[in-house]
Amino acid sequence: MTTTQMPDTLRRILDYSSRADPYPLYAELRRTPVARQEDGSYVVSTYRELAELLHDPHLSSDVRNLAHPMRSHEGETTPPFINLDPPEHDRLRRMAMRHFGPPHTPGLVAGMDGDLTAVVSGLIDGFAGKEQIDIVDDFAYPFPVTVICHLLGVPREDEPKFHVWVDGIVNSIDYNPKIDPKEKLEKGLQARKDLRQYLGGLLEQRHGRAGDDLLSRLANDDGPDGRMTDEEIVATANLLLIAGHETTVNLITNGMLTLLRHPEVLQRLRDDPDLVVPLVEELLRYEPPVHIIPWRAAYSDITVADTVIPRGSQIMLMLASGSRDPDRFHDPDRFDPDRRDNQHLGFGSGIHLCFGGPLARRETQIALTELVRRLDRPRLVADPPPYRRSPVLRGPIHLQVEQGTG
Amino acid sequence: MTRADTLRAFKRDGRIVIVGASLAGLRAAEALRAEGFTGSLTMIGDELGEPYDRPPLSKQVLTGWVPADGTALPRRRDINAEWLLGVPASGLDMAGNVVRLADGREVPFDRVLIATGVRARPWFVESEAALDGVFVVRTREHAEGLQRALAAGPSRVLVIGAGFTGSEIASICRERDIPVTVAELAPAPLVGALGAMIGEVAADMQRAHGVDLRCGVKVTRLEGDAQGHLRRAHFDDGSTIDADVAVVALGGIRNTDWLRDSGLAAGVWGIACDTGCRALDINGLITDDVFVAGDVARCPNPIYEYRLISLEHWANAVEQAEVAAHNMVSAQADRWPHLSIPLFWSIQFGANIKSVGVPTFADEVVVTQGSVSDRRFVAAYGYQGRVTAAVSFNNAKWLDHYRQLIETAAPFPPLCPTPDQPVDSKPVPVDFPGPALIAQGATVVVTGNAPSERRVTSLQQHHR
Amino acid sequence: MRIVVDLSRCEGYAQCAFLAPDAFRMHGEEALMYDPSPDDAQRERVLRAAAACPVQAILVDQLEGLEAPVEASPS
Repeated sequence: MTTTQMPDTLRRILDYSSRADPYPLYAELRRTPVARQEDGSYVVSTYRELAELLHDPHLSSDVRNLAHPMRSHEGETTPPFINLDPPEHDRLRRMAMRHFGPPHTPGLVAGMDGDLTAVVSGLIDGFAGKEQIDIVDDFAYPFPVTVICHLLGVPREDEPKFHVWVDGIVNSIDYNPKIDPKEKLEKGLQARKDLRQYLGGLLEQRHGRAGDDLLSRLANDDGPDGRMTDEEIVATANLLLIAGHETTVNLITNGMLTLLRHPEVLQRLRDDPDLVVPLVEELLRYEPPVHIIPWRAAYSDITVADTVIPRGSQIMLMLASGSRDPDRFHDPDRFDPDRRDNQHLGFGSGIHLCFGGPLARRETQIALTELVRRLDRPRLVADPPPYRRSPVLRGPIHLQVEQGTG
Repeated sequence: MTRADTLRAFKRDGRIVIVGASLAGLRAAEALRAEGFTGSLTMIGDELGEPYDRPPLSKQVLTGWVPADGTALPRRRDINAEWLLGVPASGLDMAGNVVRLADGREVPFDRVLIATGVRARPWFVESEAALDGVFVVRTREHAEGLQRALAAGPSRVLVIGAGFTGSEIASICRERDIPVTVAELAPAPLVGALGAMIGEVAADMQRAHGVDLRCGVKVTRLEGDAQGHLRRAHFDDGSTIDADVAVVALGGIRNTDWLRDSGLAAGVWGIACDTGCRALDINGLITDDVFVAGDVARCPNPIYEYRLISLEHWANAVEQAEVAAHNMVSAQADRWPHLSIPLFWSIQFGANIKSVGVPTFADEVVVTQGSVSDRRFVAAYGYQGRVTAAVSFNNAKWLDHYRQLIETAAPFPPLCPTPDQPVDSKPVPVDFPGPALIAQGATVVVTGNAPSERRVTSLQQHHR
Repeated sequence: MRIVVDLSRCEGYAQCAFLAPDAFRMHGEEALMYDPSPDDAQRERVLRAAAACPVQAILVDQLEGLEAPVEASPS
């Protein structure tokens, strides 16, 4: 069923020129659900096969199980749990979850509504008098950054410092030695080191000092699994800091862009704020913040869609393509907030399902409701807007919106 | 009229009667309306009140969190039915197309769905069962009574039977810090459903949570005081235990007694049907107008050598209800088979136990992932070299993979290692206790010689 | 309001327990216990929880507001 075919399609998806609209290329990719690439890696793009693989215990998230290890993870001695397999993954995720969600801390996210609304209101207050707003710089970036800094215990004023590192890391996630300049990799590796060092410095001050932030809690907690090592805490904080804002910024921005492209839905949301709940789910399907899981490793030979993926192979999971698969979703290219059957892959699935999903949902629900409520006749300045480089964490780099009389 | 015309007319103004107004009955009714059935729909149920969900009765309700009358099932649509509640059905006349009720009323039908479920197996001595403090748990009244008894702070609860329900109740007792003794005839809890290896895990789990677990013993007598309150239980090894609450958790009895003279293939094991949920008559011939769903249905499963399997599983009731409803209003060519792989769950002692497939259809079991001592693992069951089931303890996110292994008849033991495969994992015999559950004695005799004369006759029988 | 969770679908992602912690509680790491008739004050949160379920296992009553659909009629 599957052979090397259209190696070109993936290349074109990764190419920046298709960033604004990769969906037709995803459709092309789906003609071969499991496609072997020239370099021996595999690309999976159909819903059923993606869902199957995300629940397949033979799929490893540990770079050490790749026959040809990833350059972008060189020197990473203590990977974050996203890059580990059970039982280590489960243990570290469980230990981090103790301070973020159920069963140990069940009320945290639900109890943040007031704080989230306050941050959102403050940012929107800042739009006053402006005829043109950049939804990214003025809102969708600063909002989740403020929230994750507060949660983790990272000083908000350090943002300019870690922003540079995070950019370097995000840009190297999809590093491809064949097409990318080596500088991209080196920048990423250095940024990883710098960010870890920075977080390590913060952690040092937390030992022996009780505090409500995650760093303090991880540093001083003795749960049933014991305490994380400092390296584990830094790796965890590193992951949560990056994932905590680099993804949400896209979800909020994609959300505003999609609403501006569907004015009738925008109006409905203004009239009926409850619509935001199914709307954000549809957004996670239709314009998700994470498009691709760049690699997983076949721990053993894996058979999917009648294709045997040999042990050690690199597997790329095209989540955003799966959520647009017409074999799974009716009329998948239509943005339909009333969609009832919507088991999307926006946050992945299986044991690696997005750690911060509930927070991202609330952030985006509150953000979109308030933006729509308070912006005065918002209009897109450019469609499509300019996009960030990354095909993995895909979203506009700026989203200029006019409001008021104009 | 063509067949299509007949079907259209039936869908427009036919008469469908559903006997059993619980989960399967309700879901079937909703599905019938969703399928466009606009005729008359009658729901017959022996309990008063709206259809309600039962799994919470042995969990959230017993902890005192959720009131017993707070588990009414949400509705997916209006079913516009006539409800005949509080009176059980007492007979089915297949020649006259009529359901008889215990109060003498007769309800005519064009097609009928039987979803009468199971009831709790009572304690075998009636006078002892009547003692204050002796409970079964099946209905919301049962659960409400037991909840009140637990809230009163009993000195000790005795749970008789360590199947899923008994184990769940023991777990709730420990959660409420009530001393509890569990008595089980088999060598370990859950062993009848999941085999010896998992049974041992369950036994360790119970003991780690402070349950006084006694296996391989039989409760012979429940002793009350002069006021008729339970005081003591006697075991077959001569020992006794003082307890003021006893929960009889010895499984269920399928509600098929009312069909004894109906001519259907109904008995203690349920009502035999095809994968389309059409009932078989006593001769094994398929009926056209009688359908079965839920705990009473005994349906062949091609994955398991077409054996007739009846399941007391929530998802099975829902799926069979939908298949039955669809087939009741569809032409032959459009009928669906009920072919899904069984799924089951139980929540006890902080563990989420889930199974996929039919674990009793196995000869070996092997831990494939995780750690048994941490109670986070998956075990796969195999029958003659293929995977037939899997059980997970706090590892449910992998279970769907095993469903696929079952569906594709993947080799057992699974060939490919996973990162979390235990180092010392080897298949062991699955070891279910004796044949008692399987061989229940003859239920029918065959008479006649010529092919046109051969017939099956039911033997009058008693429940075990 | 009335809800039911298909626990055979539930894989223990706990998204519901994050978003409506008074109606959905984790019992241990993975097992879900829930209130089948949460207070109407929980409504918004329960709807968020149902929408967020990664396996779409939470069913919320669709008839709410309509009249009680059952009359017991023992003659």
